[in-house]
Amino acid sequence: MKNIMEVKNVKLRYGDFEALHGINLAFPEQKLTALIGPSGCGKSTLLRCLNRMNDDIADIKITGDILLAGEDIYRPHLDLVELRKSVGMVFQQPMPFPFSVFDNVAYGLKVAGIKDKELIQQRVEESLKQAAIWQETKDSLDRNALAFSGGQQQRICIARALAVRPAVVLLDEPTSALDPISSSEIEETLMTLKTKYTFIMVTHNLQQASRVSDQVAFLMNGNLIESGTTEEMFLAPKKEITSNYLNGRFG
Amino acid sequence: MNSKRTDRLATRVIYLLVAIIILVLIGILGNILIAGVPHLSWHFLTSASSSFEAGGGIRDQLFNSLYLLVLTLLISLPIALGAAIYLAEYAQDTWVTRLIRTTIEILSSLPSIVVGLFGYLLFVVQFGLGFSIIAGALALTFFNLPILTSNIEQAINGVPQAQREAGWALGLSNWKTIRGVVLPSALPGIITGIILSAGRVFGEAAALIYTAGQSGSIVDYSNWNMFSSTSFLNVMRPAETLAVHIWKVNTEGIIPDVNLVSAATSALLVIVVIIFNFGARLLGNWLYRNLTAAKVK
Repeated sequence: MKNIMEVKNVKLRYGDFEALHGINLAFPEQKLTALIGPSGCGKSTLLRCLNRMNDDIADIKITGDILLAGEDIYRPHLDLVELRKSVGMVFQQPMPFPFSVFDNVAYGLKVAGIKDKELIQQRVEESLKQAAIWQETKDSLDRNALAFSGGQQQRICIARALAVRPAVVLLDEPTSALDPISSSEIEETLMTLKTKYTFIMVTHNLQQASRVSDQVAFLMNGNLIESGTTEEMFLAPKKEITSNYLNGRFG
Repeated sequence: MNSKRTDRLATRVIYLLVAIIILVLIGILGNILIAGVPHLSWHFLTSASSSFEAGGGIRDQLFNSLYLLVLTLLISLPIALGAAIYLAEYAQDTWVTRLIRTTIEILSSLPSIVVGLFGYLLFVVQFGLGFSIIAGALALTFFNLPILTSNIEQAINGVPQAQREAGWALGLSNWKTIRGVVLPSALPGIITGIILSAGRVFGEAAALIYTAGQSGSIVDYSNWNMFSSTSFLNVMRPAETLAVHIWKVNTEGIIPDVNLVSAATSALLVIVVIIFNFGARLLGNWLYRNLTAAKVK
């Protein structure tokens, strides 16, 4: 199993506060890795290091290596557009831009400099199909994406992230703002897409992690406590604290 | 008193307070419209004002008001937009930006007569622009900038942070995110901000008395040459606006039909502001739809 992304001894501090104390973790290709842990454990912070979304925060210092296909994404002169084309992201709140569905999904392609209209059309259709939202949007691609329901908006955002064919997609609690039906639909979509893309997902929902993930990493207080395949982690965790968390003894 | 009764009482008090506001509004608007609208006629709208006799119109004042508004917005909108983008998106919270914000607040509470006298000293006298439309437009820009800037800043701040992150996550630069995502999202709010400030500008009198002047000049509406002194587009000619006209006919009291003229002019002023409000709202919606509709298809 090939690792597409690797995090090596990553420490992150805001001013005097160290939020991540040396994380080592590898993300296997075409698998879904779930990052779990209590609120404030650093899982979202870690996720946001993976596409350098933390860069603009004042007084932030990140040390260690984060490798994407063997290359350090924090190397100087790295092209952020290139990086974010390879590492897409979907947020907690569905955040379509205030444009039509078509323009939302095409936006990333246009940013990446693709001008071929046929290719854009084809990519938009393909991405909407992959995100399982094509049936609901194919007759209204001109409609403002904000006019759709929350679950539909989130799928449009997934399609938007997929349109540039990223190697890795980061999911920051992608279903926590959605109703149970929309959530389970998105989970199903992720299950299908796993064969093509690598996903790294932050979730508070342990059942969700057990249903959709292949690998689980448990973080607490800025430390990676334990990671392993989902089966191992849920059935036979090595550490007691992991078992306590997964069994809902604290949260 | 139990909580149910307190709740009922509070609800009634709130309804009462709202009713007072509505009554005051209806009272003022109704009074102005009832007194003025019967005197509004095509003749009144299309003839020049008279200095001594009864029966003058307000054609030039109406045009001047609209022209000044357009010029003021043309000058102040780009500046306010830039300043608002800076304050909302780039400014760190330091003493410098706090000073800028305080300055803007102070500027927005300056009495307009002070802005007018300042404009008189700076534009009319110092820059030698004389009583002119351009001097008036610059004074109104001073008057308009602070409120427009903070309105636009609020509209931009209303766009959720997550929208920006979504832009960055697609690889957009900070500026592209602002231009492509944040500004379109903020557009309805920006339009509302412009309308609010435009209403104030349109009805402003004190800031114009000493800058755009209180007298009209002979205006030829068929002369499209901006640089000709008789052209209606000439920005160097003195220009009396509707609000200044109301003030002038009442202080001078020369024309015999002064009550009629000021009532009709007030009604017109109010009606134009209302039309402008609705028009700009429609424009805002139309713009929003167009900016957000499919472009690549």
